[in-house]
Amino acid sequence: MAAFLEIRNVSKSFGTGSSRVEVLKNINLTIEEGEFIAIVGFTGSGKTTLISLIAGLIEPDEGEILLKGKRISGPGPDRGVVFQNYSLLPWLSVAGNVNMAVKQVFPKMKSKERKEHVARYIEMVNLTSALHKMPSELSGGMRQRVSVARALAMDPEILLLDEPLSALDALTRGSLQIEIERIWRESKKTVMLITNDVDEGILLADRVIPLKPGPRATLGTIFPINFKRPRDKATINADENFKKERNAINSYLMELGKFRSASNKKVYHLPQIEPQLPRQKKAIV
Amino acid sequence: MGRKILNSFHWLGFSFLEPLVRLIRGEEPKKNGLIIFRKVIVPIASVLLFLGVCNYFAHYLYAVERERKIEKTLATQGEEAALAMQECIDSGDLSCKPNSLPSPGDVWNGAVTLIEDHKTISADKEAFREKTAGINAKRKAQGKEPITYTGRPSFVDQIMTSLETVFAGFLLAALLAIPAGIVLGLSETLRTALNWVIQIFKPVSPVVWLLLVSMVVKTILASADMDKSFVISFISVGLCSMWATLVNTAMGVSSVDKDYLNVSKVLRLGVFSNVFKVILPSSIPLIFTGLRITLSVAWMVLIAIELLAQSPGLGSFVWEEFQNGANDSNAKIIVAMFVIGGIGFALDRMMMLVQKAVSYESRA
Ligand SMILES: Nc1ncnc2c1ncn2[C@@H]1O[C@H](COP(=O)(O)OP(=O)(O)OP(=O)(O)O)[C@@H](O)[C@H]1O
Ligand SMILES: [Mg+2]
Repeated sequence: MAAFLEIRNVSKSFGTGSSRVEVLKNINLTIEEGEFIAIVGFTGSGKTTLISLIAGLIEPDEGEILLKGKRISGPGPDRGVVFQNYSLLPWLSVAGNVNMAVKQVFPKMKSKERKEHVARYIEMVNLTSALHKMPSELSGGMRQRVSVARALAMDPEILLLDEPLSALDALTRGSLQIEIERIWRESKKTVMLITNDVDEGILLADRVIPLKPGPRATLGTIFPINFKRPRDKATINADENFKKERNAINSYLMELGKFRSASNKKVYHLPQIEPQLPRQKKAIV
Repeated sequence: MGRKILNSFHWLGFSFLEPLVRLIRGEEPKKNGLIIFRKVIVPIASVLLFLGVCNYFAHYLYAVERERKIEKTLATQGEEAALAMQECIDSGDLSCKPNSLPSPGDVWNGAVTLIEDHKTISADKEAFREKTAGINAKRKAQGKEPITYTGRPSFVDQIMTSLETVFAGFLLAALLAIPAGIVLGLSETLRTALNWVIQIFKPVSPVVWLLLVSMVVKTILASADMDKSFVISFISVGLCSMWATLVNTAMGVSSVDKDYLNVSKVLRLGVFSNVFKVILPSSIPLIFTGLRITLSVAWMVLIAIELLAQSPGLGSFVWEEFQNGANDSNAKIIVAMFVIGGIGFALDRMMMLVQKAVSYESRA
């Protein structure tokens, strides 16, 4: 039987000519059904690019990605994405955001049934009290949870989480990590978590896979994490194996980081360029 | 209770009244007193100063005009006539009043006259309606057109006509510009292909639009039994003012946040849902910004267009008063000026409230 998700020799670059950047090169990865995978990597190494490729928002230049043996061509609700910046629609309430996704994915669902479905997933992320709030009224962590609820409510085959917790403070982070693990155990979904926090990866994942720094980033050595579940931060922190595991991954990443700064010094001459400001929405008279 | 009052003030854009309420309720007298001084007393003082300067300037111009009038009489009709003229002017007789910039007092009197005039005309209309009620009922039974009042419109009637025209024009602009803006915003190709149209037509003066529209309307409505000047002026107003909405809508639609589009892609929304559930809601704030500009432009060009198209309204009121040259015409023109400004301000405020209500950014 074919693997659940298979990434075969995928490469991706942006731009053309001299401004061409090869972000990912020869990525190979196989994920089993129900597995929890954590990808750790430095900022700018191409983690979001990898997620977008799996989500089908962008096409690989070379290679292919297979979901249950079928080649991915374009985005779809079978892959629930929690975007790095939440991406909630600001004109819809919490329930509205989730409802819109559910309505689209399950068009045949009756309105009462749909309402219950939406409520169930919002309950799952502990946001029932904020059901009718607008995204602008929520804290970052709450928005993130809405985003998770929206992705889960679509009942996807795989959940793609792009640094869902990196914008949060340590306390909120901790409680959301527990929540994510619980949701994963209860829903039995396959999860791919992007993170820049090695501890987070070890706490949650079955395998931690470093993404080497770009350009031409590839996946590094795979670190299987074999602690029994449910895992608890306190007990894990005291565990000798955990410390060993963490040290191993950290020193591996450090090596990669050294390589990055060294290669950066040699290869790049930064051109004198004006910073490109984000496009601002302004009224035009 | 107090909170509620303050909130409603804030919403209506009267937040300058807030410190007054607070002061009355005895909160931080020193700070609120200072705010009141700055936000209430100073503006009132500036209005008084403005009136004073106008008054002084008007009297100065009056004196110059009086001198000139007397000297002219002296030169053409001799000393005796000049003396009589001087006496006549100083007695305040309206028949020989020098025609110059009216003082604030004159303007006030002009306003009072206009309101009195409106009352008379309204009463007249009412009387006419009563008188013709029986006849009109009979005519209706016979299938004939009823007899309508054909007397002179009052100042208030003119204002109403102008408002009707501007709303018709605004509606036309919205109906043309929003769909067109959406289509342009969605298609980069169309946007580049039609950019010249926008760039060329946007700066065209209202007068030229008026001429263009009347060329077309005159031919099309040659036989139609319609108020042609109204049609011409509201179409011109619409065409003149629609550009801001068109450009802003296209801008809003074409610059939808990439994250929202990604959501739409992951959900595999169809074209229709994508436009109505993601693209439009996210461009609503910009569309309304455009509409607000459109309404203020519409009101501004309306006066000029009415004036030229000879269609009833404030514009033609001003023009008629100017040509009329009666001794209080100038004062009435200034009254009209303030009414035009005031209505423009009110319309803008109204749009601002609508804009606030529909923008999700400030709804929190
Ligand atoms: N649409 C694009 N066009 C051009 N370059 C891009 C595009 N998207 C990403 N890149 C480039 O690809 C590289 C990797 O970007 P990516 O967003 O995948 O990084 P990341 O690992 O997610 O970083 P972070 O941790 O900061 O989110 C960056 O150098 C970025 O400039
Ligand atoms: Mg990223």
